[in-house]
Amino acid sequence: MTETRYTESHEWVRRESDGSLTVGITDHAQQALGDVVFVETPDVGRELTAKETAAVVESVKAASDIYAPVAGTVIAANEALSEDPALVNSEAESGAWFFKLKPADPSEFEALMDADAYAAFAAEH
Amino acid sequence: MTAYPSESTGETGLRSDDLVIPAGVPDDTDPTGALTGPATLPLDAFHRAHGGKMVDFAGYALPVQYGAGVMAEHLHCRSRAVLFDVSHMGQALLHGTDAAAELEKLVPSDILGLKDGRQRYSVLLNEAGGIIDDLMIARLSADRMFLVVNAARKAVDYRHLETALPGSVRLEPMFDRALLALQGPGAAAVLDRLGVATSEIPFMGLAEALVGGIPVQLTRGGYTGEDGFELSVASDRAETLAETLIADPEVLLAGLGARDSLRLEAGLCLYGNDIDEVTTPVEASLNWVIGKRRREDFAFEGGVVVRDQLAHGAPRLRVGLRPEGRAPARAGTTIVAADGTEAGIVTSGTFGPSVEGGAPVSMGYLRRDLIEAGDISLLVRNRAIAARRASLPFVKHRYFSAKSAKA
Repeated sequence: MTETRYTESHEWVRRESDGSLTVGITDHAQQALGDVVFVETPDVGRELTAKETAAVVESVKAASDIYAPVAGTVIAANEALSEDPALVNSEAESGAWFFKLKPADPSEFEALMDADAYAAFAAEH
Repeated sequence: MTAYPSESTGETGLRSDDLVIPAGVPDDTDPTGALTGPATLPLDAFHRAHGGKMVDFAGYALPVQYGAGVMAEHLHCRSRAVLFDVSHMGQALLHGTDAAAELEKLVPSDILGLKDGRQRYSVLLNEAGGIIDDLMIARLSADRMFLVVNAARKAVDYRHLETALPGSVRLEPMFDRALLALQGPGAAAVLDRLGVATSEIPFMGLAEALVGGIPVQLTRGGYTGEDGFELSVASDRAETLAETLIADPEVLLAGLGARDSLRLEAGLCLYGNDIDEVTTPVEASLNWVIGKRRREDFAFEGGVVVRDQLAHGAPRLRVGLRPEGRAPARAGTTIVAADGTEAGIVTSGTFGPSVEGGAPVSMGYLRRDLIEAGDISLLVRNRAIAARRASLPFVKHRYFSAKSAKA
């Protein structure tokens, strides 16, 4: 059973059944960014602290950082995004995940916003 | 996710001003608007009604994009036609029988050689040869010149002109005019369908015309590298004109985002980014604006510096840059030489949708001794990305010529 939570910096974080976390940006974020032309994902094995810059996404308009939602180790990165950055626009909350993390402290996930809280937050941001 | 360059503010999330299109520093030295005109532009309601995503640009609310998005708007301009609102730019008249002769003292271009109904791109220079602004200068008649200047420089330009020109030349800012830019290979056909005989208007020509019955002053040219027109129209007719133009199925509305990527692909300078008061036309690789006759005596503001740089070379030059890979190297990116020393700085950079199917492109200033060096790199997010110098424009200009019209 998976569960998805959200950050104030517009990442979605899905907890998989094995406890790993999959991270991407929300549909709200991709809409605000516009056409994505470049994505840089983190190296597998990299140790991230919470809120550290983990990936970069660039649209025709601007460059943006993607942050680690919690501390952890990168266990996978989505190579498909380098080949086809526009996936971020078409499949923001499905195929266009950026990286997977093994969280250092599984309980940190619980502190993130749930879908309702994020919807309310995004409406104002 | 946080957009650059907002880290220092501690803010999170996306804002409508995330866009990286600097417009120079908005001029706040004219609080009454006496030199800049009304703060709300004539097409403000039109943009909002058509889904424009409004941002602040040089103190004016303008659409950065419409619903189609920057990429689609950009590509539509290269293949068909788009309409931009550029009413924030300054339109002004210079009156006086000696207007051309006096204006020529402030710019390096041949203005006395302009014929009636022709315009020319030029630069206003300061005493040090620095660029006060870049502008279009058109000759309407023997005693009347028409100027179009940058929005963020209106007050500075107008004050400079009023100070530098003699009493016999009168500056008249036209605050009751809007300016629309119809750009793209389909632009001429759109105007032809609305009753304009565009084949009679040469590149950089100016004409009075009725567009769908609305009186307009047309100039042929623009800021995209494509054939196109800028239409100066009375403010109270601007909305009707815009509606008339977008009623043609060929025309898509386009915002500042596409305008920036189009002009960068075309190798054209953005004031405040690529040129400023401490950059000379020689450094900016704009030697072509310096008229042949003007090089006989360099009798214009900044002429001493310009002459010296033409003779001995400028310390740095504006060049095109192609970073390897897909990451855009944006304004402010450091250019590094092979020996690790700083070689210059990127002044404009984005993703060019029309460059070889989509590739990052930048312009910047490179130290003169490195102009021929192959090995340069760009420091993007503290990582060196290999880059090569590329000739400008990145996308070939396709301006109108009588020859291409016959073909």
